[in-house]
Amino acid sequence: MKSLSFHYALLAGLLTGLGCAAPASAYTAFVTNEKDNTVSVIDTVTQKVVKTVAVGRRPRGIVMSKDGKEVYVCTSDDDRIEVLDAKTLQSLRTLPSGPDPETFTLGPDGKLLFVSNEDDNMVTVIDIAKNEAITEIPVGVEPEGMGVSPDGKVLVNTSETTNMATFIDTSTWKVTANVLVESRPRIAVFSPDGKYLWVSSEVGGKVNVIDVATHKIIKKIGFAIPAVTTDAIQPVGIRLTEDGKYAFVALGPANRVAVIDAKTYEIEKYLLVGQRVWQMAFTPDQKQLYTTNGVSNDVSVIDVETLKVTKSISVGAYPWGVAIAPQ
Amino acid sequence: MSGTRMAALLLAFTCVIPGPRGTDRAWAQTAPAATEPTAAPQQVHIGYLAHRKPAPPIYDYEAEPADSGIAGARIAMKDNATTGRLTNQLFDLQETILEKGQSPVDAAKALVDQGVGLIVADLPADDLLAVSDALKGRDATIFNIGAEDDRLRNADCRANIDHFAPSRQMLTDALAQFLAAQRWRNVFLIVGTDPEDQLYAEAVRRSVKKFGLKLTGDKPWTFGPMARQRADGPIRADAFVFTRGVDADMIVIADEAGNFGDYVEYHTAEPKLTGGTQGLVPATWSRVLDAWGSAQLQSRFVRVNKRPMRSLDYQAWTAIRAIGEAATRTQSGSAKIIGDYMLRADFDIAAFKGVPVSLRNWDHQLRQPVLLIQPRMLVSLSPQPGFLHPVTALDSLGTDEPESTCKFRSGDKQ
Repeated sequence: MKSLSFHYALLAGLLTGLGCAAPASAYTAFVTNEKDNTVSVIDTVTQKVVKTVAVGRRPRGIVMSKDGKEVYVCTSDDDRIEVLDAKTLQSLRTLPSGPDPETFTLGPDGKLLFVSNEDDNMVTVIDIAKNEAITEIPVGVEPEGMGVSPDGKVLVNTSETTNMATFIDTSTWKVTANVLVESRPRIAVFSPDGKYLWVSSEVGGKVNVIDVATHKIIKKIGFAIPAVTTDAIQPVGIRLTEDGKYAFVALGPANRVAVIDAKTYEIEKYLLVGQRVWQMAFTPDQKQLYTTNGVSNDVSVIDVETLKVTKSISVGAYPWGVAIAPQ
Repeated sequence: MSGTRMAALLLAFTCVIPGPRGTDRAWAQTAPAATEPTAAPQQVHIGYLAHRKPAPPIYDYEAEPADSGIAGARIAMKDNATTGRLTNQLFDLQETILEKGQSPVDAAKALVDQGVGLIVADLPADDLLAVSDALKGRDATIFNIGAEDDRLRNADCRANIDHFAPSRQMLTDALAQFLAAQRWRNVFLIVGTDPEDQLYAEAVRRSVKKFGLKLTGDKPWTFGPMARQRADGPIRADAFVFTRGVDADMIVIADEAGNFGDYVEYHTAEPKLTGGTQGLVPATWSRVLDAWGSAQLQSRFVRVNKRPMRSLDYQAWTAIRAIGEAATRTQSGSAKIIGDYMLRADFDIAAFKGVPVSLRNWDHQLRQPVLLIQPRMLVSLSPQPGFLHPVTALDSLGTDEPESTCKFRSGDKQ
């Protein structure tokens, strides 16, 4: 089944290459491997690991700079963020992150980095150019997911043990609201229009859609998969397509990614990927979605147009995060 | 969907908690925070009641630390304080450690008289029952973190006690399920002389029956509590003969005090695995657990206490974390409201075990996965895959509802 659809994808790729449309763009995907302290570098055209880079201890969160030239990697047990050159893969410098940085997000202008410090219940705001922390905001226990609105005005942090999404005003760095959700909220992602916030609750098994203006929960999305126990359905990573059409939700040990209609909130499909699927990233053209599968030590590639899993790529030990560069 | 579930859902839908000092519209305000109206924080008083830990019955280089339990409670209080900062609630912990001869009943009454009705108790079964009876009708809920006696979940259950300690039956069921899943069916049980060892052995015998295993031997340990000092001493030959001729896949040891259990492995006639209170041990927590986000709690604990977190610490942490979660969701400091809320079908907490943990409303036992550990490695986690249950696989561990002899009396809550 898997290999059939893979061949189909190859065929489609071939036809595309023959002049039906522009050829697929070449990108580079970077995958953090939490347990062997490396980053795997994948060529998105050949879909092969081209290099493995040694980084600091327990690499988890990873993002690209807005210009695509630099890769930021949280090395949690080294209490810092490493900056890699996306082309040469050389370590350029490190950023101060506060203790135990787990994950982070970039502001829309690419100047500020918002880091969740899992061990000391803080969000640290880093000015990348100045290479310094400009403020720390106390939040709930075990801060995790960081989301920033498209206009950069609202920052949201989820805390895993406090079970809240904390809204922060980025002009004053003050907490403006705390919205209670189900157990162990992991990821917060704004819709492309900035009106809605999607929050996954790993242990509670739900995704909440919150109205950003009123802080009200407008939809709770639950999941049901035949022959998979409810306890194994643990939503973590969320990615929304920029056209507002789909939401993809990684369901952890259910080994599936849910495809959700982002307007009706109906689940359209469950895609079988590797084991304990965690985080995801689109290629910049939004045609492919890469997922990290921690237990099977691989990355699955989803074709966004056909909603099919086309490939799995072996990486290092316990892949955690993924970011994709536009070259 | 039941009425309560629907109501809970509606509540959850509208549950937005303003930031401290009512800053939910702070972006529209230019006034500095200090001039905003300040609501007095809500107080949530929690008591911790335990006897001072006695010296270990036999020298142990890894003896139970004196602060076992309370250290976990203090970590949970820090977590609650962080959350309380966001919900405008203040949590405090009144630690009452009883000296020899002091009455737990008097101490519990004194706590409730001061408005401390949420009592986390590390007490033996008889003390717990006495405290429960003395607090009947008061605004009080007792959280049992230490007593594993199955009778507290059955004939001696009490409506005002919630059990965050596992029952012995949950522990031995977790081990027996693993043996059944491995198809290691033959069990040789060795039982110590303490009363607790008898209770553990009874639970093992029930587990053997429940999961279709076979008891090929069942013998009391008669050589005394001397093994640890004299690993190669005079009893070696006796122990060797003692285990001869018994066919078993695993020797299951019932020795809660650790008098002899560690001696058994490698001193048997045939090479045999060991498990139970020593060897492969079922437990609620261990330093070897690293999955499901537990690395965070482990490192928080070690940083503060300079020692690994133990099961009793974890049970105290879970109880106080559950109190905190219920206090957040009810916006209440009342022991009764918090206690009732925790028994709702939609109440659960994330407790670093990969699945939500919750209370069984028919015997007030916390249902949770049980670890099977050896000193350096997590061996397995029960319930084992394939052990199905109509409500939750977690209820395949411990006395289940149809067999339970727990009947909460009328007039009690529930």
